[in-house]
Amino acid sequence: MTHSLTRFQDDFMQALWQAGDTPAPLSVSTVSAHFLPDHETVTHFDPASNPAAQAGFKVYRNTILKGCIDALCANYPSVARLVGTDWFRAAAAVYVRDKPPSEVGLLAYGKHFADFLEHFEGARELPYLADVARLDRYWSESHMAADAALLDPAALTRMAPPELGNTLLRPHPAARWAWFDTQPAYTIWCANREQSALDDALAWVAEGALLTRPDNTVIWRAAGPGLCAFMDACAAARSLAQAAESALLAEPTQDVAQLLSALITAGALSPTTPPQHL
Amino acid sequence: MKQNLGAGLGLRPQHYAAALEDTTSGLWFEVHPENYMVAGGPRLAWLEAIRRDKPIALHGVSLSLAADTEPDPQHLRQLANLVERIEPALVSEHLAWSMWRGVYHPDLLPFPRTTVALKRIAANISRTQEVLGRPIALENPTHYLHLDNHEWSEIDFLRELTQRTGCGLLLDVNNVFISASNLQFDAAAYLDQIPAEAVMEIHLAGHSEDAELGAALLIDSHDAPIAESVWTLYRRLIQRIGARPTLIERDDHLPEFQELLVERQRAHEVLEPTSRQVDV
Repeated sequence: MTHSLTRFQDDFMQALWQAGDTPAPLSVSTVSAHFLPDHETVTHFDPASNPAAQAGFKVYRNTILKGCIDALCANYPSVARLVGTDWFRAAAAVYVRDKPPSEVGLLAYGKHFADFLEHFEGARELPYLADVARLDRYWSESHMAADAALLDPAALTRMAPPELGNTLLRPHPAARWAWFDTQPAYTIWCANREQSALDDALAWVAEGALLTRPDNTVIWRAAGPGLCAFMDACAAARSLAQAAESALLAEPTQDVAQLLSALITAGALSPTTPPQHL
Repeated sequence: MKQNLGAGLGLRPQHYAAALEDTTSGLWFEVHPENYMVAGGPRLAWLEAIRRDKPIALHGVSLSLAADTEPDPQHLRQLANLVERIEPALVSEHLAWSMWRGVYHPDLLPFPRTTVALKRIAANISRTQEVLGRPIALENPTHYLHLDNHEWSEIDFLRELTQRTGCGLLLDVNNVFISASNLQFDAAAYLDQIPAEAVMEIHLAGHSEDAELGAALLIDSHDAPIAESVWTLYRRLIQRIGARPTLIERDDHLPEFQELLVERQRAHEVLEPTSRQVDV
């Protein structure tokens, strides 16, 4: 019987994804249940020469799973360091089944990994893990983002106050920021990203982070709620005056001039777009 | 511009700094374009910095030319942009598929060599070459499975594709060795039949034995030095077809850059007597 290309590939995938013979990296008990076959594999392969029954078939299954898990490991190094390799690879194997890669660039694989960890039963005792994953993701996004000029502060000093207030400041394509309102995710992430030890006296407080890429290198710093609100407003195309107002609302003690200067120095902003004329 | 491409090395990010500083004469590098199909940032900057001094080849792993559909237009566009930016000495892809219903499987999957497959793949290669504006080299696959639906021998299939599309071949000697061992055919006899004029590039890499089955199942793991038996096949091939750009691949258990240079030097010495000009 001659298989058409489509039929062969459909059968191959059926056998690949439904086989109960699961590859090695499983070690967490809560994970293995996900790998039991849903139902018997049904393909059109000739039983006498079934490719899926040959010893070599597992090479494809192992290579694919290893490729996906290695990519998650590379893209979420702080999570991997935090939970250890065995736990990480087991959890990653569950994620791969749930959300296999849709793009060929594995550098960007794992877009939903933080959301996955947030709801992953095995991570229930690690409530900060999802936010640490978010920060790893921001690092990757910052690293791969488009090149763009940084805002020149002189462009702002040339403006008269009404024009300045109406100016739209744009976040630089490589800028990422977030406020974590229940836990010190940034401090935990930082220690693991920089492979340093966490202070035993870690204060369990809300924190924020800003990642930027001046000089084509990703850098990070802690960020307050005012900074995050200011950047949110800029991203939503609000004017400088409105962004300043948002920052003060989120953090009444914020010195907005100092904040703006810090954002410019960090490389968080791109050149302004023409002022909004209402 | 004409330049000689002799022996080169696969380049991984861990070796960027060493690659930038290296002054080995005639050295060139190969990268997977998928790792550089990004909007901007340090990766592209590194590649461009290395490209200023050394030729670069782009070796795609995910275009999925043997899929039952056309190559993804967005992927082709991004590849074309990178080709324009880097001006690579060579562009290659695999005779395999990896995309299926919108899911990417990071591997090079097999298929029965039927006439239906031949037509689809020829159309996909032609489309790729049309978008890139240049011929590509097609790599022979590594085999792990006996498929009973082949209508063409691999040699005839490859030759037919080169004739229908004008593409060249990237002959991976390690893939031939592994396939010959796994499927039990004669690797030297296979290599002797490869049409010499079609070979644009050669790959050499290390392989490993399956943890359970041992030598009965060899795996194209790219995680070890090149095996002596692969070197023997390579020397025999070069004696027959003459020098060709030859690349040493190492993707896992990455040694120091200097160690890879030693392997590269060995290939260079095989090529040296009969250096061949390559148009780029």
